[in-house]
Amino acid sequence: MRTKKSRFITNTVTYAVLIAIFILFTIMINHKTMPRTLKGQLVPICAWIVMAVSLNLVVGISGELSLGHAGFMSIGAFTGIIISGWLLNGFQMENGSLRLVIAIVGAGLVSGIAGALIGIPVLRLRGDYLAIVTLAFGEIIKNLINCLYVAVEGKGLNVGFLNNNVAGTMLLNGPMGAVKVKTISTFTAGFLLVMFTLIIVLNLTNSRSGRAIMAARDNRIAAEATGINITKYKMIAFVTGAFLAGMAGALYGLNMAKLGPTKFSFNESINVLVFVVLGGIGSIPGSIVSAVALTILPEELRFLQENRMLAYAVLLIVVMLLVNNPLMKSLWGRLNPFKKRHKEQEEVIRT
Amino acid sequence: MVFLSNLVNGISLGSIYAIIALGYTMVYGIAKMLNFAHGDVIMVGAYLIFCATQYWGIPVLPALLIAMISCTLLGMTIEKLAYSPLRKATSLAVLITAIGVSYLLQNLAQLIWTPNPKIFPQLIPVDSIKLFNGQLVIKGVTLVTIVINVIIMIVLTIFISRTKLGKAMRCVSEDRGAAELMGISVNRTISLTFAIGSALAAIAGLLLCSSYPKLVPTTGSVPGIKAFTAAVFGGIGSIPGAMLGGVLLGIIEILGIAYISTELSDAIVFAVLIIVLLVRPSGLLGKAAREKV
Repeated sequence: MRTKKSRFITNTVTYAVLIAIFILFTIMINHKTMPRTLKGQLVPICAWIVMAVSLNLVVGISGELSLGHAGFMSIGAFTGIIISGWLLNGFQMENGSLRLVIAIVGAGLVSGIAGALIGIPVLRLRGDYLAIVTLAFGEIIKNLINCLYVAVEGKGLNVGFLNNNVAGTMLLNGPMGAVKVKTISTFTAGFLLVMFTLIIVLNLTNSRSGRAIMAARDNRIAAEATGINITKYKMIAFVTGAFLAGMAGALYGLNMAKLGPTKFSFNESINVLVFVVLGGIGSIPGSIVSAVALTILPEELRFLQENRMLAYAVLLIVVMLLVNNPLMKSLWGRLNPFKKRHKEQEEVIRT
Repeated sequence: MVFLSNLVNGISLGSIYAIIALGYTMVYGIAKMLNFAHGDVIMVGAYLIFCATQYWGIPVLPALLIAMISCTLLGMTIEKLAYSPLRKATSLAVLITAIGVSYLLQNLAQLIWTPNPKIFPQLIPVDSIKLFNGQLVIKGVTLVTIVINVIIMIVLTIFISRTKLGKAMRCVSEDRGAAELMGISVNRTISLTFAIGSALAAIAGLLLCSSYPKLVPTTGSVPGIKAFTAAVFGGIGSIPGAMLGGVLLGIIEILGIAYISTELSDAIVFAVLIIVLLVRPSGLLGKAAREKV
């Protein structure tokens, strides 16, 4: 059990470090000392942080393996692009920031509703069956968006399914995806979204509902016996995760001039899962660190040229083997004073 | 007639899925892990057969044998190096490692064979047969695929139910601890499972690329996911389930393409999977796990 105090300290440190980094980066951008490659990656990094934290809510806090998280990101991205394009072309809303906020919130809501609809059947299943159904939903979402054509005409939207004959300015063009998107995402918006996500997730986990969610994860039967409505709390975690992933998607989508529906495939879901597992399941700061590190890493490995994904794969396997090596685990336990105390406490409880 | 021809094509595609699904389901049943690298072993097998027949001029049957042996060794090496140190780790850690292995194989293939697609030659020298006065034409490849699938099914069923090793595999899958107490070497059994699964993957590679001749380093991943779906569909861990799931999935996919829409075929396959799992939460032939309090 972590004490209230240690949790408070961890959370405060997380917020403080993030704010410090944001201020530092803003100053660097203003003084033009930021490396170009890093600058272009700031918004995607924010989006992946939100994705990792929201998936950690589902996988780590609620304990349900989801392999379709990129599906929600996809819904969010294309909803965001449609909303932004609609506001711009239909209502001549030139203010980019306002459009971005409306698009992100709208994308989150649509994705959250989709999460609720998918959650009803999915959360009836357990374990690996649940995982495969989330994978299936992710693929279905990708496939459906691949057949969707949306255009804006006057103040209305024209939607075609499997039918590219829609009048007006194309926003979403089936397998071509969204082209000529006005990029309005900014680093500040990304940072605010990350903070918003953290506030929601950290407050949720420290609340009564959060404790109920974790109780349902740790022991379903015991939790049910104490009167916790399992489905309800798992649903809260799943829908919140989908909502946040949708917002991340909108941020990501509005940062790209061109975005195809196949971008959000099973591989992206897996990538986010890698962030969560490498950062430590259930650890929010861990998810943030690994999302940042693993987004930058493939770029930093560019000097290896075509070997870089090979190096990434080897690194992934080696890290997983080392982290789970009993020898390394005990060594880490000795080096880390917090872990040790934790272990002693456990032994006290056991005896 | 068109329906019949679609049905035969569906069974043929389904047979390929079934052979791949066997690899997933056996490993899951025994090692309780989702081996996401299985699809990439298929790709390696296909490339080996391609090289053996095209560059080294080896006939198809010995080439298949070489590929099967290499894939078996590859599967066992992967298991020894990457999975067996994680026997006691969480299932998620194993899953991520499997994904790492999958990336590794894809990127190695990309380095060795370049990302340019290779056109897989027609290696199965069986003529098409015509039925009903030429109204129904069945391709040789289709027929061979179905026949090979039936043979594998029969041999594997006999192996699992009659031989000592098969019995050991069933024991380990039921209760690993008890099996160890009975003197069964769990590590060897798991190794054997990977060996069989990988050898089947090489066969699947040949059949897959004979029907869909474009060979790239990511060839294995989509059929891999579909076959994994098929394994879950039939009830993961169950061998007849993998067969049934694979064949049904293939039929649904081909009929979906023929009668509903080409673009939506994947969505249809996955929608059927979801509906089946909602009605039977542990798959068609899976055993429902009873909860003990």
